[in-house]
Amino acid sequence: MSVFIITILIILVFTIIYQISKASEYATVLRGTEKVNAQANRAIAWLLVVMFVLGIWGIWECNALFQDRLLPIAACKTGENYDSMFNMTTLVTGIVFFATQLALFWFCFRYQSAEKRTTFFFPHNNKLEILWTTVPAIAMAILVAIGLRNWYDVTSPAPANATVVEVVGKQFNWLIRYPGKDNELGKRDFRKIDDANNVLGLDWSDPHNTDDIISQNGELHCVVNKPVKLVIGSRDVIHDVGLSHFRLKMDAVPGITTTLWFVPTITTDSMKLITKNPDFVYEISCDQMCGKGHYSMRGTVIVQTQAEYDKWMASQQTYYAGNAPGAPAPAAPATAPTGGEAKPEVKNDSVKAVTMK
Amino acid sequence: MNNEIIIDGPNIAHGAESATDHHGDHEHHEQHFIWKYIFSQDHKMISKQFLITGIIWAIIGALMSVFFRLQLGFPDSTFPIMEKFMGEWAKGGKLTPEFYYALITMHGTILVFFVLTAGLSGTFANLLIPYQVGARDMASPFMNMLSYWFFFAASILMMVSLFVETGPAAGGWTTYPPLSALKEASLGSGLGMDLWLMGMSLFVVSSLLGGLNYIATILNMRTKGMTMTRLPLTIWALFFTAVLGVLSFPVLFSGVVLLIFDRNFGTSFYLSEIFIGGKALPHIGGSAILYQHLFWFLGHPEVYIIMLPGMGMASEVLSTNSRKPIFGYFAMIISLVGITLLAFLVWAHHMFVTGMSPFLGSIFVLLTLLIAVPSAVKVFNWLTTIWRGNIRFSPAMLFALGFVSMFISGGLTGIFLGNSALDIHLHDTYFVVAHFHIVMGVSAFFGMFAGIYHWFPKMYGRFMNNTLGYVHFFITFAGAYLIFWPMHYEGIAGMPRRYYDYSAWESFKHFQGVNAFISIVAIIVFFAQLMFVLNFFVSIFKGRRMTTLNPWGSTTLEWTTPIHPGHGNWVGEIPEVHRWPYDYRDDGHGNDFIPQTTPLRPGEEEH
Repeated sequence: MSVFIITILIILVFTIIYQISKASEYATVLRGTEKVNAQANRAIAWLLVVMFVLGIWGIWECNALFQDRLLPIAACKTGENYDSMFNMTTLVTGIVFFATQLALFWFCFRYQSAEKRTTFFFPHNNKLEILWTTVPAIAMAILVAIGLRNWYDVTSPAPANATVVEVVGKQFNWLIRYPGKDNELGKRDFRKIDDANNVLGLDWSDPHNTDDIISQNGELHCVVNKPVKLVIGSRDVIHDVGLSHFRLKMDAVPGITTTLWFVPTITTDSMKLITKNPDFVYEISCDQMCGKGHYSMRGTVIVQTQAEYDKWMASQQTYYAGNAPGAPAPAAPATAPTGGEAKPEVKNDSVKAVTMK
Repeated sequence: MNNEIIIDGPNIAHGAESATDHHGDHEHHEQHFIWKYIFSQDHKMISKQFLITGIIWAIIGALMSVFFRLQLGFPDSTFPIMEKFMGEWAKGGKLTPEFYYALITMHGTILVFFVLTAGLSGTFANLLIPYQVGARDMASPFMNMLSYWFFFAASILMMVSLFVETGPAAGGWTTYPPLSALKEASLGSGLGMDLWLMGMSLFVVSSLLGGLNYIATILNMRTKGMTMTRLPLTIWALFFTAVLGVLSFPVLFSGVVLLIFDRNFGTSFYLSEIFIGGKALPHIGGSAILYQHLFWFLGHPEVYIIMLPGMGMASEVLSTNSRKPIFGYFAMIISLVGITLLAFLVWAHHMFVTGMSPFLGSIFVLLTLLIAVPSAVKVFNWLTTIWRGNIRFSPAMLFALGFVSMFISGGLTGIFLGNSALDIHLHDTYFVVAHFHIVMGVSAFFGMFAGIYHWFPKMYGRFMNNTLGYVHFFITFAGAYLIFWPMHYEGIAGMPRRYYDYSAWESFKHFQGVNAFISIVAIIVFFAQLMFVLNFFVSIFKGRRMTTLNPWGSTTLEWTTPIHPGHGNWVGEIPEVHRWPYDYRDDGHGNDFIPQTTPLRPGEEEH
């Protein structure tokens, strides 16, 4: 019933609007088309001025409204470069925006139709045209130069001391794999994936896999001021690792490995103080449409001090221990104190694992 | 090619003289309803068919945006009215995520292809090319008719896909595989996706038939004296639009066909190492990125296919209503050439974060930002065109001015996104949504509205209502900025696009109020567009009658035809052209314009 009433109301409103405008058309004819048109023209010129003023005021208000809702300061070095480049681009485009819009609206008002006005026959002017071809070209060249410097910065190879972490997207969550003590990610094969006990399809014949840790809750832990290199992959469709607070983004494509590295400079705890938000958390958003749960594909980045990180790492269990067929008791990996000595042991384990299969 | 033969067929044209006489009299041309209104070969009727089909699609596409804006603006509320439209998909008045994604996908597909490609260049290329170059019809009226009917068939398939059980395609309008290739990945990748792919294939056929025809007509069928450098800028723009379409749509077609193969015949063009639905698929060695290259090789020129007609029409309308020649006619043509060439060389800027080689990325940054140069030239030339003019604010003029304003705003944000170092953060956020909606959504629509208001008298012999036109403009102009300006901020804050609900996100949930505001404005603007539609259809039958041939005081050829031209456009001979199309100056008889058909005065030099 309510739908019916709303429909009737809408139709009614439309009819009224239409009738009014129709009446205005008849009135125009009665009062003399030229006179009415001249009046309308003046009114519209003024309306355009009002539009422009309201627009500028609106932009001002909008800036004020969003000031404290935007992202906090960038949490990594390249992010800081990003921010300054963004500001610079905003300045350049902002000036052009304001100048051209002002010209557009001012010309509309200043040169609105008037009986006595004679137009200026001005078909072309080479000097002007050369001027506004070269000036934008130079401005673009500068922006490209800054952009490419930052771009090569971001996409340069990760430093050798970077912690390697694998991030794998699947519908609809993130799987994070840490290389464990040997600091090396083992091989994986999509044909070995089993949702029950091998979510990433780790190849148990590769000894590097036995100490790998998989966090299935999408928590990416990393150490402040220490480079971290993400090795990104996908199990099913294309996802995208979106790290807004670090001003970074990289697709996760099935069948292709992509990488991304950065140096986090602010811990999650410090950021809570900076933003004055006790619930603050660095979030990983999926930024490539991946199906019905796309909007809920959330991960988090926990930036910690080395001590906190080590403590957390020590509490983790290898994926091998919990899931590989014939793996030793879950406590086993924790007993090996250092990576160097652990390696041979691990090798034996994996051989056993394979033969047991 | 002989114009008369095209209209009457080879059997009728016995000699030049009798053929000319024949056109003096159209009375005996009474055609059956079907041949006149449905399977018409008259460019004017085909243009109306494209326009009205486009309007119907635009209403559907816009209504979809209203539905998903309701979800985005008010994720906790239910709207029982949606259940009336969508049944199971909005049970209890709340959209399901699957159908939300289907709606955004179809909104994009419909608006980009069916409205702003077919509805825009289909309408105005058909209407204006024969009129403004001085031809009786297209080079091949029959192909032209086929072009519409292939478009119609594509429309039917798309429409049917809205009603299949698993819903229409739901992988975004770009339909990236593997999401779109695997039925297990999403409901929308079922039958709906097959229909989408087949619909798009037919659409490509339609676009090619149309485009080849437009190019052939412009190159071969210009009237006597109509050299290329005397063509109105609308024709130049439509020419390059057609060139872009003819060269890039086949690439989309190949991409679509390979996707059909991957979906149905077990090939692995785009698929590799996938585990989905509890099992590993046998595909190995394909590349999901290959599809993106093929798609964007069309997808980027497509942006200019949408923009160029608007640019051409805005140039024409701005010049006519400022009573001043367009500034820098040749610079305008050269910038169109520049944009057309560069359009083919920038596609990978949509793919900066796919893991492509950084070096390749940097080449695309350079080429992309180069496009800013011809675009800037166009903007400055438009501004100089209205400078020291005598501006008449007809609704068409307002929309042309709005076009320039929107093109500036949307173009400038392109400078952010084209720079890969900024795109790496802004990619696939609301910044992108704001950017492309302003620059190729709103701006192109403004160009289209300018065209419709300006040439409506030529199409139907009546005027649209001015008052409604003004109301339409101001609501749409203010509304567009109110909708899309705040989205930039959301994007700067990293808010991803294509999300169904943001309430679980610590970083984005505080934009709820802004989203609600945007949704309310979007709904108001939607109703303002309905008002335009009402104005359009009522004016066809009831609008103020056109009493003079040339109501806007325009110089171009279409205004020399009768108020209700028959098939063949001109009674008697096609007029000869003597001058360039922007001679807005004193003709010595109290007029402030000199039509193209006026011979040069003794001693007068051509522009």
